[in-house]
Amino acid sequence: MTQPAITTHALTRRFGDFIATNAITFEVAQGEIFGFLGANGAGKTTAMRMLCGLLKPSSGEARVAGFDIYTQTEKIKQRIGYMSQKFSLYEDLTVKENIRFYGGIYGLSHRQIREKTGALLGKLDMEKEANMLVSALPLGWKQKLSFSIAVIHDPSIVFLDEPTGGVDPITRRQFWDLIYESADKGVTIFVTTHYMDEAEYCNRISIMVDGKIRALDTPSALKQQFGAATMNDVFLQLARAKS
Amino acid sequence: MRTIFFILQKEFLQIFRNKSMLPIIFVVPVVQLLVLAFAANYEIRNLSIDIVDHDGGNWSQQLKGKLLSSGYFQLYAQTGDNAAFEDLETNKADLILTIPPHFERDLVRDGEAKVQLLVNAINGSKAGLAAGYAQSIIGDFNRRIRLDWLALDEDDAPSHFDMSFRYWFNPRLNYKHFMVPGILVVLVTLIGAFLSGMNIVKEKEIGTIEQLNVTPIRKHHFIIGKLLPFWIIALFELAFGLVVGKLVFNLPFEGSIGWVFLFAAVYLVVMLGLGLLISTFTETQQQSMFVTWFFLIICILMSGLFTPIESMPEWAQRITQFNPVAYFVKVMRMVMLKGSGWEDIRMDLGIMVVFAVGLNAVAIWNYRKTV
Amino acid sequence: MKQFFEFVKKECFHIFRDRRTLMILFGMPVVLIVLFGFAITNEIRHARIAVLDQSQDVLSHGLVRKITASTYFDLAENLRSEKDIMPAFKKGDVRMVIVIPGGFQRNFIRERKAAVQLLTDASDPNTATTLINYANAILMQYQQEETGMKHLPLTIQPEVRMVYNPTLKSVFLFVPGVMTLILMLVCAMMTSITITREKELGTMEILLVSPLRPLMIIAGKVVPYILLSFVIAIIILALGAGIFGMPLKGSLALLLLACALFCLTALSLGILISSVTNSQQTAMMMSMMGLLLPTILLSGFVFPIESMPLPLRVLSNIIPAKWFIIILKDIMLKGSGLRQIALPMGVLSGMTLFFLVVSLRKFNIRLS
Repeated sequence: MTQPAITTHALTRRFGDFIATNAITFEVAQGEIFGFLGANGAGKTTAMRMLCGLLKPSSGEARVAGFDIYTQTEKIKQRIGYMSQKFSLYEDLTVKENIRFYGGIYGLSHRQIREKTGALLGKLDMEKEANMLVSALPLGWKQKLSFSIAVIHDPSIVFLDEPTGGVDPITRRQFWDLIYESADKGVTIFVTTHYMDEAEYCNRISIMVDGKIRALDTPSALKQQFGAATMNDVFLQLARAKS
Repeated sequence: MRTIFFILQKEFLQIFRNKSMLPIIFVVPVVQLLVLAFAANYEIRNLSIDIVDHDGGNWSQQLKGKLLSSGYFQLYAQTGDNAAFEDLETNKADLILTIPPHFERDLVRDGEAKVQLLVNAINGSKAGLAAGYAQSIIGDFNRRIRLDWLALDEDDAPSHFDMSFRYWFNPRLNYKHFMVPGILVVLVTLIGAFLSGMNIVKEKEIGTIEQLNVTPIRKHHFIIGKLLPFWIIALFELAFGLVVGKLVFNLPFEGSIGWVFLFAAVYLVVMLGLGLLISTFTETQQQSMFVTWFFLIICILMSGLFTPIESMPEWAQRITQFNPVAYFVKVMRMVMLKGSGWEDIRMDLGIMVVFAVGLNAVAIWNYRKTV
Repeated sequence: MKQFFEFVKKECFHIFRDRRTLMILFGMPVVLIVLFGFAITNEIRHARIAVLDQSQDVLSHGLVRKITASTYFDLAENLRSEKDIMPAFKKGDVRMVIVIPGGFQRNFIRERKAAVQLLTDASDPNTATTLINYANAILMQYQQEETGMKHLPLTIQPEVRMVYNPTLKSVFLFVPGVMTLILMLVCAMMTSITITREKELGTMEILLVSPLRPLMIIAGKVVPYILLSFVIAIIILALGAGIFGMPLKGSLALLLLACALFCLTALSLGILISSVTNSQQTAMMMSMMGLLLPTILLSGFVFPIESMPLPLRVLSNIIPAKWFIIILKDIMLKGSGLRQIALPMGVLSGMTLFFLVVSLRKFNIRLS
């Protein structure tokens, strides 16, 4: 193994008196699917936003794709893809126009954009919808499209912030197929979710409670450690321990 | 550079796809230009006048005729004192001319007679002009009958100044030629400041800005890509408005139109910078709209568009030195009506460049890709 | 009823949480009043003039002194030749040039006639006319002083009396105007936006399935705005009276009644707008273009309606603001009672009724 995709050391972010992310330390290897779990408000999104360069940390260190998150955020941004829980494509542009726009701002050439657009539409089976406005698509399709656009520039790490919120189980399954496909190509996947069944799909997971990482291991190791049958039980034990 | 191209492409697609945007850009300004040019009219004509004539002699008839044929006054009624005052009270008459009894007799016998003008002065500036017109017509009439009476030629009159007036640059005192260039400034300003600010805040509101912030897009690329479309649209709007102004109002183009566009190009950078600055500290389109409205209404009211800047008190004039709208209104009128050129506008242009650089520097510094 | 009060309370919280908007709502009338009261005036003072005196004799110097001694004119520069006139105008500062040809004094005495020429920059026609009027009056006075003739035969003395507003203060025009504008802004624009926001966020549906009647919901949304606009109206009145001495000749009760009626008209317009739109942006644009601009332009607030062309004069009759401004002026300046303002009050009531009926029907269609 070469250098890890993400390393953090005592990474902390305060908002006034409130500590959203409290000295978290972990490593994510290249090509790994890393699940980042926690209840709402546990600090997942804050941590992810710091790693993407959207938020400056209060203290601690972290490197993403070998770059420092304080000083080299613009370099990081060229290596990462990002998809947030809030749908972030332009509803008033067509599928094709969205692809072209994001391809363009990631610096792909016109030829690359053309090739990518064809391949992507073929993979998603959306050739017919290429010239439809995104606002007319069903939610599941939008999410798959968002993901495909988030990896359009072949990033080495993809951050997914609750990518499957509000999507039906079948589409979720298809969505994870897309994720596996990218991971097989060596892309590191960093995903937050609160669907416990999805946690089982990850190589390793961390569980955050109140801004701190309370557990970090493979799903099977965690289940063993907590003597639980499912990830759901693991999660509930941790959440109860808090209160 | 390529990034800017992609952002521009996206912006134009979005602007032209928005059904409510097209009328705002193409129809509303024309309607505004037409309505404003006709409505924003301080040219006071058709003042309705009541005449109370207690004398009824030859001279009082002549005076009446002179007033009513001047084009400024229209007879509402010729009645008695009380009825006339009632008309004034109910806004039916703007002013009352009362010619006292024995007007003619007094004039001949005592060498002096009075007429009374009652002006409804609730609208102060209108009343001032109305009284001014009436007085100067009466004065003219007076001079004429005096010469007639004394049977003198103009040359035999006692020593006097022979005054002549010339109205330069607008000899027919066409008020629309004065207003239309100013109204164009307002239209261009609205596009520049409102739409650009709201456009950036919209990305915040719907959340797409976050997606852009994780891309390697450069801050200044994003800002240029966002603002340039409105810069182009506003300049287009100006050209469009000038054509309409020429066709409908026969607007004079005394100076070179190049100076107008050069100045507009710089001025728009200032206004776009203002929109950008407002967008950096507002979260919703509603807020951005309110804040922009607040600043613009002050800038426009104090721009000299409707009322001359010289008549403001000194503190207000000093504030106006920082009002970009005032500079553009002034330069626009200078170039369009008076044919001013580079020598005359270079100071103003220089100041505008300073504003453009300063405002945008603050706005860009204030705009952050991170929170 | 208790539910209703809870609802009103929730709306008040909404309003008071958005500090920025609130600050602008209260700051706007104050700033506008100050601007109109102190900064914006048509009265011309200290106009910059240039003089081209080709005589340079006692009489011409006296004339220039006389003119520049008045507060209307400030001497900006002395020109040397006719070539200088055009550049002086083009630079944009000089409003008028007085040209005194050679031999001014000699002509005045020997020929009994001395020419003076007043050149004005008529790109601003009204200022040009006014300046000439002022200069004319000063020259006439100077001429009389010089000839020593006090009484010319056959002198008509026009005696001008400015009724209702002897000092020609524009306060009397803009206090009602600003009041109308702000009430329109708060009542119509804010209500239409707040109702469409609930629609946009989907919270309207939740409210509609609650036990509150739809009419109650709308009422609950507008009550806080009525209160807000009343507070603002009183602030404007107090500013007008306190700082500018705006009189109130009629009864205060009648004035407040008229304000209430106009608030209602504006609210019904706001509700109408929100009943035909679904997005905040459209509601904003409609209020902006359809309500605020006509209120500023066609109500007689800034521009006199009389001097507009006929189509606009006809159009101005359907602008509620026009009628409200008439009512305000009549009550405050003329002390009119209910009888004199019956017509505009009736028009406003009719408009309100019409808007309410139309918008309620629209709402009912949507709800069914």
